[in-house]
Amino acid sequence: MNKYILPSIKLTAVFTVILCVLYPLFISFAAKLSKGEGGGEKVILNGKVVGYKLIGQSFTKPQYFWGRPSAVGYNAAGSGGSNKGPSNADYLKEVNNRVDTLLKYHPGLQKSEIPAEMVTASGSGLDPNVSVKGAEMQAKRIAAYRHLPLSKVLKLIETHTEKPLLGLFGPEKVNVLALNVALDEIDR
Amino acid sequence: MQTEILGIIATFALTLIIAIPLGKYFAKVFAGQRVWTNFLSPVEKFIYKIAGVNPNEQMDWKQHLKAMLTINALWLVYGFFVLMYQHQLPLNPDGNSNMSPHLAFNTIISFVVNCNLQHYSGESGVSYLSQQFIVMFLQFVSAATGIAIAISFFKAFKEKTSVKLGNFWQHFTLAITRVLLPLSIVVALVLAFNGVPASYEGKDQLISLQGDSVSVSRGPAAAMVAIKHLGTNGGGWFGTNSAHPLENPSYLTNMLEAISQMIIPIAMIIAFGIFIGRRKLAWTIFGVMTIGFLLLLLPTLQSELGGNPKIEQLGVAQTMGAMEGKEVRFGPAATAYWSTITTVVSTGSINGMHDSTMPLTGLYQLLAMMINAFYGGCGVGLLNYFIYLIIAVFIAGLMVGRTPEFLGHKLEAREVKIAALVTLISPFLIMAGTALASYTFTQHGNAAWDTAPSAWLNNPSFHGFSEMLYEVTSSNANNGSGFEGLGDNNTFWNILTGVILLFGRFIPIIGPLAITGLLAKKKYIPESAGTLKIDTKTFALMTFAIILVLNALSYFPALALGPIAEYFSMIK
Repeated sequence: MNKYILPSIKLTAVFTVILCVLYPLFISFAAKLSKGEGGGEKVILNGKVVGYKLIGQSFTKPQYFWGRPSAVGYNAAGSGGSNKGPSNADYLKEVNNRVDTLLKYHPGLQKSEIPAEMVTASGSGLDPNVSVKGAEMQAKRIAAYRHLPLSKVLKLIETHTEKPLLGLFGPEKVNVLALNVALDEIDR
Repeated sequence: MQTEILGIIATFALTLIIAIPLGKYFAKVFAGQRVWTNFLSPVEKFIYKIAGVNPNEQMDWKQHLKAMLTINALWLVYGFFVLMYQHQLPLNPDGNSNMSPHLAFNTIISFVVNCNLQHYSGESGVSYLSQQFIVMFLQFVSAATGIAIAISFFKAFKEKTSVKLGNFWQHFTLAITRVLLPLSIVVALVLAFNGVPASYEGKDQLISLQGDSVSVSRGPAAAMVAIKHLGTNGGGWFGTNSAHPLENPSYLTNMLEAISQMIIPIAMIIAFGIFIGRRKLAWTIFGVMTIGFLLLLLPTLQSELGGNPKIEQLGVAQTMGAMEGKEVRFGPAATAYWSTITTVVSTGSINGMHDSTMPLTGLYQLLAMMINAFYGGCGVGLLNYFIYLIIAVFIAGLMVGRTPEFLGHKLEAREVKIAALVTLISPFLIMAGTALASYTFTQHGNAAWDTAPSAWLNNPSFHGFSEMLYEVTSSNANNGSGFEGLGDNNTFWNILTGVILLFGRFIPIIGPLAITGLLAKKKYIPESAGTLKIDTKTFALMTFAIILVLNALSYFPALALGPIAEYFSMIK
């Protein structure tokens, strides 16, 4: 058995150096050249860091676009989905309550205008995006609270719509934080 | 919607475009032929020298097994102690605490066996040292272990009669230096330049736009996310794996990660055909696997894109499909596609929560893991398929009244017994494990344990049963994904799944390796008109039927109690 133990120990040691030290350090150094310098790309408003581009934030105030429900309250120290099964009665009640809340804050909104992602929790609990419909649905409310013409809010959504990859692959979406930063910049 | 479908077609097409040439490259590397990466051979010689191994020393199947088990046992012991004492060790900027003994037991087994079931959350459960020196290290070496054994399997059928199956240490080293590491560097760089963090800075604190105080977990994730997919490991840096926006920031990275987890399993099949000079056989195997894969994928897509009928009743618009547990940047199509690939190839990474998928989607996820041989994990997928082939050859031989032969070697009682044993162990582990859990849940719900069994489940009724069934199935398949609603970080689940993981990994490696070794040393019988040909369409159909029948007989009752019952309860 000795025949196998020594090579096992030595190979483990050599590969620890290669795989756990050299490889990640190389990637880490190379990433210094990337946009967020390897630490995640930050969003800055008025010289202050207000968030990470990729990490969704909790928006509850009426003058901001709201993101999706989150099972972890957008606490990015962790992450998590609801893990509710599709037939779970309590869960369906919760979804229905979210629908009612949205209807309350958006007078005149039809249920059929609410896209599913606005009443369902994301997988990570940190989803930074909503669909274009999810943003448009809120436009009237934003316009009213910010005293902006509706067309301007809709235009803002349009300019912040991220097209599918190469215009071909995947869904369209809107980054909620970017949209809200743009709103605050108008007010400035 | 159309761009979403187009996205997954492109992802699968790119997977094949990359995997096929990669398979040709693998065949050359392991046959010792000239390839462009030969500039690395001084590095490998240096590694052999330090380790004191002679790469030209030939091993028989038992020696392969001893080498493989020794080095795996070493990792188990070493990793267990690092996880137990990570708080006292360096590289822990977030100050995460030590693992409990049963969690460390489960975690270390899970990573050694290439499963990557995680009963902790990456943000709070492990230090950066554990992430890189244990988790990521094992993601490389467990995948290399699988590839190394698969290569000895290749070598057994290359020669007519042979007891020499190459050198385990050499296969293992080449799997890292020529396959896993170069590919990981490329993938990690692309990820790092598309938003996945790579620096060693710890949590960040900031005030959000609305004025809340938030902290954001980070860390050198890019290097690990690359190998977690290439090595079909699946264990995430962050708790929610590739659903986390820092682990999988965009549709582009999603495509890349989806492609990464499929290419090595597919390339291994192509390599097998070239290596043993039977390309037609490899394409037949690939054909059966691809048909099986598509038969799981298409209904999954239908079930997710159709949305949740119960939410339909609430009146909201499910234009994209079912969105609970999914991310907007991927959409339901790409998440459904991912749920199929991650369960067929045993990666077990996720980009959406499987617990919240539709009942039939859950059914296909479970089936994919039960079959576990449509492409399958790094190296081991082919070994799993080999067992089905042996059974198919045996049954076909009985049906036509001929002595069963596999690639010119007579298949006798001993080999068939081993294959039957390997086939039976999976349903036994899955059924017994689920039964034990269900019994404990129903009969001892209030037991005064660290977590009372009655508090295990996040969902009632059929779906709750599915949560337990999924956990056990995923452990046996060394997959690692979960219906994460299950409260699994407690003594019961850590020990139960830990034990299942060990059996689920090593029996399907030892069994095929033993059959291979036994077959390879038998006298070679040249093919004649009387030989049962295994690279024909008829035999492909036969194998497919065997796979279906074996799995349907084994698992239908359990599936009927879980996802199938839930499905019918929802449409009534």
